[in-house]
Amino acid sequence: MLALALGMSLYAWRMRGRATQSETPAEYAHPVAAPVQGPTEQVTLYVAYDDPGVLRAQSSSIPLPAGRQERAQELLRELLGLYMDKASSHPLGPGSEVRDVYLVDPGLAVIDLNDAFADGHRSGVLVEELTVASLVQTLATGIPGINRVKILVGGKERETLAGHADLSCVYDISAVAQMVGELQK
Amino acid sequence: MPWSSRPRDHAAPVVMAGMAVLLALLVFDAAVSGFSEEKRLSVYSGAASYSVPVREQNGAEYVGLLEILGPLGTVNGRTDGGVWRLNFNRVDGEFTPGQTRARVQGKSFDLPANFWLENGHGLVPLSSLPGLMQRFLGTSVNFHENARRLFIGNVAVHFTAQVNKTNPPTLVMNFTSPVNPTIATEPGKLRMVFNREALVPPGSQTLTFDSPVIPSATFQEGNGAAEIAVNGPVPLFASFSNNGRTITITPAPQSAASAQAPVAPSTVAPGGPPPPVQPGAPAVSPAAAPSPVQYFVVVDASHGGDERGAALSDQLEEKDVTLAFGLRLGQQLRAQGISTLVLREGDATMSLEQRANMTNTAHPAIYICLHATSQGTGIRLYTALLPVGSENQGPFLDWTTAQSGFRAASEAAESSLAAELGKRQIAVRSLLAPLRPLNNITAAAVAVEIASPSGKLDDLNSPAYQQLVAESIAVGIEAVRNQLGGAR
Repeated sequence: MLALALGMSLYAWRMRGRATQSETPAEYAHPVAAPVQGPTEQVTLYVAYDDPGVLRAQSSSIPLPAGRQERAQELLRELLGLYMDKASSHPLGPGSEVRDVYLVDPGLAVIDLNDAFADGHRSGVLVEELTVASLVQTLATGIPGINRVKILVGGKERETLAGHADLSCVYDISAVAQMVGELQK
Repeated sequence: MPWSSRPRDHAAPVVMAGMAVLLALLVFDAAVSGFSEEKRLSVYSGAASYSVPVREQNGAEYVGLLEILGPLGTVNGRTDGGVWRLNFNRVDGEFTPGQTRARVQGKSFDLPANFWLENGHGLVPLSSLPGLMQRFLGTSVNFHENARRLFIGNVAVHFTAQVNKTNPPTLVMNFTSPVNPTIATEPGKLRMVFNREALVPPGSQTLTFDSPVIPSATFQEGNGAAEIAVNGPVPLFASFSNNGRTITITPAPQSAASAQAPVAPSTVAPGGPPPPVQPGAPAVSPAAAPSPVQYFVVVDASHGGDERGAALSDQLEEKDVTLAFGLRLGQQLRAQGISTLVLREGDATMSLEQRANMTNTAHPAIYICLHATSQGTGIRLYTALLPVGSENQGPFLDWTTAQSGFRAASEAAESSLAAELGKRQIAVRSLLAPLRPLNNITAAAVAVEIASPSGKLDDLNSPAYQQLVAESIAVGIEAVRNQLGGAR
């Protein structure tokens, strides 16, 4: 109980601190991160394609650190890099970033997006669903042991990503896999 | 005094653990204290209606002068020696930090408490606003200080309320300007909170009506908002009309108990479960309505009011397209003899919880939610992607996964709609989606996202296309009607 109370306090302080950090200026179109140390590994990214509105599994070789949480962060940053490219198949708003990924045992991953990600995201059921499915499925595939995912924005819960895709819930990986299967057709 | 040589006891570790827990909880409480409700002042004027934060300073409430005056005209403030000078629309003011004496247009004005300067922003006591604003604006100002609501000029919105003795009775409220309150329902009450409207009370703050179903309504104001609570022994339902100038309150539609009604194989036991319990809300038992109204279909035009949805173009907002479709679909269904409730018939703000609550209270056989998009072509049909939820508690369904017992009915309905759309050469795709309030609905639930058939946005607004889609959906519902059963 003591550990739980201390853990809750630490998490709340950390979330509050994150909520007051200033956002990356809009002119930075690409996430800024220090070079990753680690051997190159083959990973599967689930990439969204607006035309024709599908998700495609794509193999990629990227350096990954040893730590599980750091690997999760790097996976999503790699995915985001594709979307922030000028020729992106699924453009995101300028300044979109994954602030952090927390792995909370057992099996829960928390993806913390920055405000620019949500505020600049195009609004629509399918376009938002593609983003959510892409993030969740990439993470679940790349980090074994994750069975639930929660998405925050700026360290806080938001009702929807951009008016449609639900962010108030906790995603069940097995249900998301079913959705991904349909999005790959 | 020497330390005792008593045998070691277990009290000290327990006390230390308890203190550590208390410390951790205090830290946690401090961490989340930022989430407590903020004090606000609402300002209503002909130019704009807005709210500003109120802060406490030395036991008094203060507001920023720049924030108050900014939306009303051209304002700037600067520090000049030991004085803070403010200019608003060429009216000069001088304030001295730590003093109560100020000057506006060269004339002295005494503040009820000291003026403060913080990061170049001048803070004045809340209670000084009527006098200050009158001097800067040159117009009459009315201040409801306890409620923190400031009225500039003749902006008040008045209303009348009258219960019509129809069956069921209806409370009709007419407002002198369009209104857009947020609505919440709880046992015995429907609450409408007006955050942006300069609503003022009628002669009495409690209105009584000669109706056992809607006996009274009360007006109150606080923290920059006005609230009307309509009281009644049965769940109540609000609808908007007359471009937001009329709100009609009626008993929420309820299904009559019917032992003869067919029950779809995958749905609930005869009689149906009560509506699922929303987190934090007490369970609401359906009360007997004076004259139950059965709706087979609930049509929900998504977004509305403050929430425009997607900006489909510079001129076209998703909420307007969904409203047009919703009204057309409602008409089409009724023309086919299918009783239909259209949740939103005007530009009203409704939360996802309100939509789900109203739908579940109506106990329809099917819920259709309409969205619109400028991306892609054709129609996309969605059923609920169910999130992680909690266990049902006896007859009470978990709110987040309330749809789980109705998945088969939803999929049957989706297939039927897809078939009808396909017959009319409309491109259609069926998917799961994490789209509320589908997962909160205790009926077959399908969302329809409408895109242009050709990629041209104008077609999305074309009456012919809208009618074609509405017909497809209506015929699709008719085709699967027996599988869905009656209104529950």
